[in-house]
Amino acid sequence: MEWFDNGWGLTLIVFLPVVGAMVLAAIPKAKESAQKWWALLVSLVVFVLSLVAVARFDFGSAKEFQFEANLPWIKAIGSNYHIGVDGISLPLLVLSTFMMVLAIIYSWDHWEEPRNPKAFLMLMLVLATGMNGTFVALDLVLFFIFFELVLLPMYFMIGIWGDKQLRRLPGFGREVEMRLYAAIKFFLFTLFGSAFMLLGFLALYFRSGDFGERTFDIPELIALGSNGAFTGTFAWLVFGALFLGFAVKVPMWPLHTWLPDAHTAAPTVGSVLLAAILLKLGSYGFIRISIPILPEMARQWAPAIAILAVIAIIYGSLACLAQTDMKRLIAFSSVGHMGFVMLGIATLTDVGLNASIIGMVAHGLITGLLFFLAGSMSHRYHTREMARLGGNQKLMPILGGILAFTVMASLGLPGLAGFWGEFMALLGAYQPLDGLNLGVFRTAMVIGAIGTVLTAGYMLWMLQKVNLGEPGEEWVGRSFRDADRFELTAWVPLVILIVVIGVYPKVVFGATNDAVTALIQTAFGG
Amino acid sequence: MTYTIDWLAVAPELTVVAGILVVLTLDLFLSRRDKYWTGVVAVLTVSLAVVPLIVMAADDLTRAMFDGSFVVDDFALVLKGLFLVAGYLVLLMSVTYIESDRYYEGEYYLLLLVSILGSLVLASSRDLILLFIGLELTTGPLFLLAGWRKGDAKSNEAALKYFILGVLSTAMLLYGMSLVYGLTGSVRFVGIREAIPAIGAAQEPALVLGVLLMIVGFGFKVSAVPFHFWAPDTYEGAPTPVTAYLSVSSKTAGFVAMLSVVYLAFPDLTSIWGPALWLLAAASMTVANLSALRQRNIVRLLAYSSVAHAGFMLVPFAGAAVAGQALSEGLSATVTYLVIYALMNLGAFAVVIAGARRTGTGDIEGWAGFGSYAPRQGILLVVFFLSLAGIPPLAGWFAKFVMFQAVIAAGGTAAVWLAVIAALNSVIAFFYYARVVKTVWMDPAPAELGEEATAPATGALRLAMGLAAVAVVVIGVFPGISAFFGDATTRILNGG
Repeated sequence: MEWFDNGWGLTLIVFLPVVGAMVLAAIPKAKESAQKWWALLVSLVVFVLSLVAVARFDFGSAKEFQFEANLPWIKAIGSNYHIGVDGISLPLLVLSTFMMVLAIIYSWDHWEEPRNPKAFLMLMLVLATGMNGTFVALDLVLFFIFFELVLLPMYFMIGIWGDKQLRRLPGFGREVEMRLYAAIKFFLFTLFGSAFMLLGFLALYFRSGDFGERTFDIPELIALGSNGAFTGTFAWLVFGALFLGFAVKVPMWPLHTWLPDAHTAAPTVGSVLLAAILLKLGSYGFIRISIPILPEMARQWAPAIAILAVIAIIYGSLACLAQTDMKRLIAFSSVGHMGFVMLGIATLTDVGLNASIIGMVAHGLITGLLFFLAGSMSHRYHTREMARLGGNQKLMPILGGILAFTVMASLGLPGLAGFWGEFMALLGAYQPLDGLNLGVFRTAMVIGAIGTVLTAGYMLWMLQKVNLGEPGEEWVGRSFRDADRFELTAWVPLVILIVVIGVYPKVVFGATNDAVTALIQTAFGG
Repeated sequence: MTYTIDWLAVAPELTVVAGILVVLTLDLFLSRRDKYWTGVVAVLTVSLAVVPLIVMAADDLTRAMFDGSFVVDDFALVLKGLFLVAGYLVLLMSVTYIESDRYYEGEYYLLLLVSILGSLVLASSRDLILLFIGLELTTGPLFLLAGWRKGDAKSNEAALKYFILGVLSTAMLLYGMSLVYGLTGSVRFVGIREAIPAIGAAQEPALVLGVLLMIVGFGFKVSAVPFHFWAPDTYEGAPTPVTAYLSVSSKTAGFVAMLSVVYLAFPDLTSIWGPALWLLAAASMTVANLSALRQRNIVRLLAYSSVAHAGFMLVPFAGAAVAGQALSEGLSATVTYLVIYALMNLGAFAVVIAGARRTGTGDIEGWAGFGSYAPRQGILLVVFFLSLAGIPPLAGWFAKFVMFQAVIAAGGTAAVWLAVIAALNSVIAFFYYARVVKTVWMDPAPAELGEEATAPATGALRLAMGLAAVAVVVIGVFPGISAFFGDATTRILNGG
């Protein structure tokens, strides 16, 4: 397995999907099942490869980058094809390959108009390359490319297969279809952030030239950064530029406004992947790039990030209570949950960072599942209005049961995956990194704790409206197909994982803990 | 004086001259039906002219002739190659377009070859006179070509506007050159550079005026704001292949002239032309991008986009100049940008030409659902338009990247502000490119499609689109290729 360890393994995980997409392009349009099987095969192989990575991963040195490859790529700017995983990126990489398999299984029998499975599957595979690539990239330029690569497929997914409802929107003379508005909004917001992120990367590149060869290499920059290479106004501005890029993606309040629109308008699978993986690219960027390379600035910015994070928690919860659309409610709940992730990051402690990573994984599984469920329900009821839904439990017992379970997980019930991220983020906020303003963080902790209550409130409110009670008049006497085999194949693994991580969080911590501790140690001398 | 002539060095130019003569003669004897042979000869000529370039690139010698007025160095080789490739692609696009119009085919190819000849000479010129001849030889034929569809009022308007403003800019350029010559006593770049320190304070205003007038003259040629007013009307009215040529080759020619003059003759006067270029860059990006948002015609949209790209291309040089840094990084960045821009913009025009045959209109609205009945061209359109927007992994991202890199490398407040303006503009720019993509892929096709909707693209057009698309994707993934050309140009020779 030497080929796997010296870079080929990760390279395959990243590029197999896009190669698969090219092969898919050659399959005739009429042969739908061949296309589906091919896409499934590719995603399965990629998933198995990521499991091989887990099996061969040396957990004893989880803080080291493993399976590395480092080859010259663009010599003119000293950018290398440098990839590798450590304990921080490994869980996210596996999450990404795993969700892709489930998304393809789910979409087997669930195509939104205008169908065209071939194009849709090709976009999914390209998306997979972008997502996997972002998690393994160890070069800023490479990271940037993959970070941007996810935009295109998602833009087309939302824009072509998205919600066709007409809405009157501010700034438009006539009614527009949600999908068109949401697609461009999603793209423009992210592009706005990433343009500044790129400027920040370039600034780091040139400043690194003061200490030797100019470099885009993340580990080298981390080494420089932890020796205090980047300081002063320069570093403050660079952190700000990176912050814009990552915060839009997370999204942090007040840059979140693209999210409810994009998630609501996207086709089911699109929402699932957006929530499960794409949002994590932002918070991962904070952990991989911003904090270790600019530790001093992270310290300065941390209170601000913590404040924005708790605003997001409270704001997300309150916004949820005002929603009438089930999918939009779930979208807003993401804002709140990512608030906890960011709060964890802002504490700059190993507890907080562990919390944020397990929070990301849990949110990926739980909210991904919620979007699956919401999608399947609107597929059957042809509405997402919670006022019209109700009694879902009676109409579709299995689907309703899974929904009830997922809602419990989402509100952070102990014993399920969602608990750890919230709990430990608050724990971290109680005792943040030495030198951070205790008052701010403890206030944040208290407000965050209130947020968990609010989360429980809106989640249960949603469950009550949708699942409990008697079915509305319009549904009486109609028969609904309960969860079918494709849906169950996609959902059951998620349910199992949510329980497993909830009961035995070491599944994630086992990989992250050493890496996170080492990161904090290097950056802040803990 | 006697000069020894290095025939290899002038072989590309001579090849094109020979091609021009053949086309001219052939045109006399061909019947109307067979006129397309002139096009074939033109394509062959341009392909042949590449051969000596490759030979010269391989032996790695620098050639200077005529007292160093005519130089073939890496800078010249790269740009000559670019002009020939761009000319080749435009010729491929023209074949169908001109044939279907059925008049003056021979003359069309003749004029295009003359323009290409001018740009080849331009890339080698290291004195003001040769530079002027090269530049005018490039743009002169285009006045005629812009008005080629003589039955169309818009085409006439295009030619007239282009001609009047073109002549105006030529006058300014010449006036500026004469002032510089009068003060320095030399037309050769190297001579000008050496004479500048000796100029006294009393004559300084004249020098400033001379330099600025030249910048204004070049500003017209590259269609930078506020000298861009001719561009949208001319682009819309001219035959689309000519527009493609205008937006790529003629713009590149303007840039080559500007770059070689400021880099070789005025490198010590950055305090004069630096702020001017800074303003041109900021204004071009901002004004053109905001205007492009409101365009309904796809060619006009590309016109404003090309003005905006001119702004982006000025950024590296302007940034380095205002920061008082070395200009070589800026030169490399701008040339890299020019190479990538040429490929993606020609590709975009090729798709527009092919697509307009199917949709029968240049109105963006008329392209609704184009992707559903012409999926391959729809995908190519996405590739080129999003490459223009600078979205990875298409080549355009690297153009933007090197631009940002050069301006951040320059450092200093003014340069960083320019970078911020460029960053905001690249977001605005995305919006209008995406609007076309949206119309093509996300809007419903009209219920009844015209007969022409199934018209396939001709072989030549397909070849043009295919070549450009492959180049855009390959450069996007392996950008080192284009950076290689950009870096090569910094090995530029100032005279002999």
